[in-house]
Amino acid sequence: MSVAGERQVLRWRVAASLAWAVILLPLSCLVFISLSRFHVFHPAQCLADSIKDALSSSTYFCLLILSMLQAVECTFNVQFHSVVPSIPGSRLSLIGLVLLPQRVLHSIIHATMGVLVFWCCSVLSQSQYRGFTVPCSPDPSGHDANSQAMCLNERSFFLLLAGGFMGCCYSLLYFIHNMNCLSFPSVQQFKYLQFRQSIPKLLKYSCVQSLYLARNFAALYYFLGYIPRTWIQAALNLHADQHLPPLDTLRGLLDLSLFYQIWLSGVFLLTTWYIVWLLFQIYATETRTFPVQTAFPEEAAKCLPNMLSCNSPLLKYLAFQDLMLLSQYSPSRRQEAFSLSQPGGHPHNWIAISRECLGVLINLTLRLVAHQEAAASNGRVRLSSSSSESRKSSSSSGTSFVNSTVDPFPNVSNPRTSVPPFLKPGASLKASWDSGSPFASPAVGHITGLDLSSPWHGSVQSPHIMRRGAKLWTCGPDIQGNGSDVSPVSKAGFGPTGSDRQHVLYAWLQNKQEQIKHFLAKRVLFMYLFSKHPEASSQEVFADSQIHIWALEALSHLVAASFSEDRMGVVQTTLSTILATLLNLQEASEKHFKLPHASSKPTRTTSSLVDSSYKTLRFAVRSSLKTAIYRITTTFGEHLHAVPVSSEHRKKLQQFLDFKE
Amino acid sequence: MCSLDLFPPPLPRGEVTLYEYNNTMIPWLADESPPPSFHTAMVNVPELFIPLDALKAPGRMELSSKSAFIHHKETVWKRSLNAWHQVGLAGLLEELSNSEEEVPPLLCHVSRCSLAACRWLSSFHGSLFPHLLMKSEDLTAEFSQACDWTGCSLRAFAWHPHTNKFALALVDDSIRIYTTGSPTIPTLKHRLQKDVASMAWKPLCASILAVACQSCVLVWHIDPTSLSTRPSSGCAQILTHPGHSPVTSVAWSPKGGVLLSASPVDTAMLVWDVSTESCVPLQRVGGGGVTFLSWSPDGSKVLSATPSAVFRVWETHMWTCERWPTLNGRCQTGCWSPDGSRLLFAVKEESVIYSLSFCVVEAEAQACVGGSERATPVADVSEVVFQRDNGEVRVGGEIQSMAWDPSGERLAVLLRENSNDPTSEAVIAVYRTKNNPKFELLPCGFIPSKKGEDPQLMQFHPCFQKGALLSVLWSSGRLSHIPFYFVNAQFPRFTPEIGTIVHGETSSAAAMPSLFTET
Repeated sequence: MSVAGERQVLRWRVAASLAWAVILLPLSCLVFISLSRFHVFHPAQCLADSIKDALSSSTYFCLLILSMLQAVECTFNVQFHSVVPSIPGSRLSLIGLVLLPQRVLHSIIHATMGVLVFWCCSVLSQSQYRGFTVPCSPDPSGHDANSQAMCLNERSFFLLLAGGFMGCCYSLLYFIHNMNCLSFPSVQQFKYLQFRQSIPKLLKYSCVQSLYLARNFAALYYFLGYIPRTWIQAALNLHADQHLPPLDTLRGLLDLSLFYQIWLSGVFLLTTWYIVWLLFQIYATETRTFPVQTAFPEEAAKCLPNMLSCNSPLLKYLAFQDLMLLSQYSPSRRQEAFSLSQPGGHPHNWIAISRECLGVLINLTLRLVAHQEAAASNGRVRLSSSSSESRKSSSSSGTSFVNSTVDPFPNVSNPRTSVPPFLKPGASLKASWDSGSPFASPAVGHITGLDLSSPWHGSVQSPHIMRRGAKLWTCGPDIQGNGSDVSPVSKAGFGPTGSDRQHVLYAWLQNKQEQIKHFLAKRVLFMYLFSKHPEASSQEVFADSQIHIWALEALSHLVAASFSEDRMGVVQTTLSTILATLLNLQEASEKHFKLPHASSKPTRTTSSLVDSSYKTLRFAVRSSLKTAIYRITTTFGEHLHAVPVSSEHRKKLQQFLDFKE
Repeated sequence: MCSLDLFPPPLPRGEVTLYEYNNTMIPWLADESPPPSFHTAMVNVPELFIPLDALKAPGRMELSSKSAFIHHKETVWKRSLNAWHQVGLAGLLEELSNSEEEVPPLLCHVSRCSLAACRWLSSFHGSLFPHLLMKSEDLTAEFSQACDWTGCSLRAFAWHPHTNKFALALVDDSIRIYTTGSPTIPTLKHRLQKDVASMAWKPLCASILAVACQSCVLVWHIDPTSLSTRPSSGCAQILTHPGHSPVTSVAWSPKGGVLLSASPVDTAMLVWDVSTESCVPLQRVGGGGVTFLSWSPDGSKVLSATPSAVFRVWETHMWTCERWPTLNGRCQTGCWSPDGSRLLFAVKEESVIYSLSFCVVEAEAQACVGGSERATPVADVSEVVFQRDNGEVRVGGEIQSMAWDPSGERLAVLLRENSNDPTSEAVIAVYRTKNNPKFELLPCGFIPSKKGEDPQLMQFHPCFQKGALLSVLWSSGRLSHIPFYFVNAQFPRFTPEIGTIVHGETSSAAAMPSLFTET
């Protein structure tokens, strides 16, 4: 129920969006035709002309081609869609993202499609740039030698190349601006209204974009235009028209009508493609209602609880969106979620739903904790990770010698400062994971495992930390990228051990690497390419947080509704787990926002067609988390004192009850 | 239909209402301060008095400071560029047409023609929607809920939905936040915080306050545990949208999600996701702007009034709306019953309260507003003459604002005075209401004003445990709180505390009866 299901869901949505895009095509063609022939002094006549031309056979042919191109464009949208935006850390990784093979293919095909669209545009407008070759204009000096020869219509050639350029740029911008990522609307609206709302923005965006692209293309052609021109002349054995100025001169480029034509064709191209994209976005993010439970076992896979855990990202998103809407707007479906199974009387629905929601939230907490560890200030992370690595080896080998050599580590690298802040949530979550059920009581989860028998009992340690340390080590290369260097302490620590040679080699390599990095960092270009965007890592952690926001809203609304609607008390069984998870996540997110690089306020974004809200999702998570906790505390009020939670969480809850958070 | 005739006559001059107890207004001498037990045991909320001369009112800003500077000779192109930057296209055209000796005659002619066309168009648009020709400050004064927004020292007021905390906007563009039992009074000031028309605290949150300003919506994050009295302007988020100023109304979703903002010059109402500072404009044809927003307490519907004779009711699931044309004028104010099934509204220059009921939507998948066919008038507030000890007093006329208490038992209606008649007086009329099973509206009493002051604004405390608490801002700069104690069996959260009642001057208040059912 993953890929096939997603295809099944998408099929009709794609078909409907494509149908609308094709239906809208003649309208945009008509507007394009009338605009391309617009003449200030004879407005009525040119309108009549354009309507007459719009009914000609060449127009129908163009419409056919354009609709096929729309279909291709739609296919690309479907193939490349995702729900999680890709966030490049530095400019180099951005380039790397664009240069993926399938994306290069995307660009090439879009360049071809751009050429085709521009050719159709020149046919539609019946301009002088239609023919690719023209008979050379007679030489005024009277030589007959060239009179029969065919010349290259450079303006037409220019136009087609501009089409290719714009298609290619469209494809690049498509990936750079994460337009392949489906952004779910924050406010539910009907599709027609959504479309109508976006159309003015879309038109404005395409007009401006087309202007910039036309300018850039003119500049490019001015410098490099002679290469393709001479090549095509040689290949087709055409002559250059001596009469008209070549377009890679300033005089040639100052052709206003040509520029207008290119700009208008560019607007047409971008508008039609963006309409396909917009319709696909609107249709694909449309809400879908999944049944909460079904009487037939063969349809059980299509029910909401199963869909929440399916591995198709789009279906998972749709399911969480549906769950969020259900929890807010539909009492009868909430009733189903709280119901007991008929034979047996088990709250299967609620258990499945709450498990999935808590699962994604715990996942986010773990990710935040890991990110904090990675981002903890210079070098400390490396040390603690390497020390835990050595601890691990020590525990496996069990020799006291290694222990004694490692022993100074906790004191030197001071894990007290680096470990305890994230120890508690991490450990408790680990524990609940390890026990196989997220419903393990938080009291069990709060074992911090003070193992006094271990040789380094001075600091708080547990097997969980070792495991986490090992996990950290796997993401070590990333941390090395942060530019922390190997401290002499570690060298000294490993010096007396048998494998010192290897370590010296390793340290030497590290040193070299650092030196190279240091050397490169001074070069401006490398700085430009390698410099990390300060918020990228934080954005990356929260890249798919839309699902967490929905999970938070759904959980809190369901729990709040259960206060009056849950007759069997099924929600009460999990209430303490839910509260513990939310409070853990709250703690982790508060710590995340205290990290030095994370700004506490969203940066101002100008509203444009492209949705860039994924950059500020972390703020949305923070605020919806707080609202979720408040929703539960204000609904339950004093009754929350009867819920078993740990004393720390109780303190926190009291703050929420007093509205002091 | 309930008329003002049925009300008990207003209290004699020199007495004010201390509180209401089971449908009786308990009077108190206006010059005396109420007994100490009233403040400690009954209303533990600060009462304030901030007269106008205690504040430094900001001077009216001229549109441009051009006239203050010595004339300086610049080329026409530079001047045109400046005009383009400052005023826009109209400024550019005006500059070009004014300097005919410097620009080519053709250009001058063209710019004159287009300027004339622009003016004609804008005057045409303005004749359709006269409010568009008003200045920003006058717009705010016209469409604010306050009676006398320009002249009073207090401009806006907002109770926190969950705690004993309120925000008060003053005429010097600052906002003070008072919390019961806390000596710190944070004062919020911001460069962009001008002409505050309305404020709203975010529900399900401790500390977020949205402020409707002249040019933007400011969202303050005020840490409730902080001891600072001047939160820095870094604590404020600025939400702006082109063409969306001045903002006259803000409203949070009661579920704590989104913020709505409205401006009388923008036909779109904006739905803000404050945490990401992104907005979705909701636009419908007609109306010429949005002046007033009111979210139903259950969060399912929103009333949006426009400057013309039409208002809309939106449902908040799919954001569709129903349009209600009113015949006689624009919708001045409106308030919702607690369950969101009934809307009471008043139309400008009409002294009738209308009621509009909404069916409860059964099929929740279908998004529909579900309003009834027509609005029914439920109360007549046209002018009535009462005899008082020293002559007659006229009460009634136009409705300025209305408030319905969160339990749905009391309705307060602020009636403007007739400025042409010296015997006319602005009062707050209080009705007893009942929404279930049948809508009922019965007179309860007037809340008279002290000599020389008029009611300016009012709001019910959203979580007063013992009945209802009406906070009234008076034009003298006084803020008073008037509690209403009543039997309320429907909402068990109202548990009147026995033994906290203060006897009034007239000794009409009996001891607390043991009739209350605490279920």
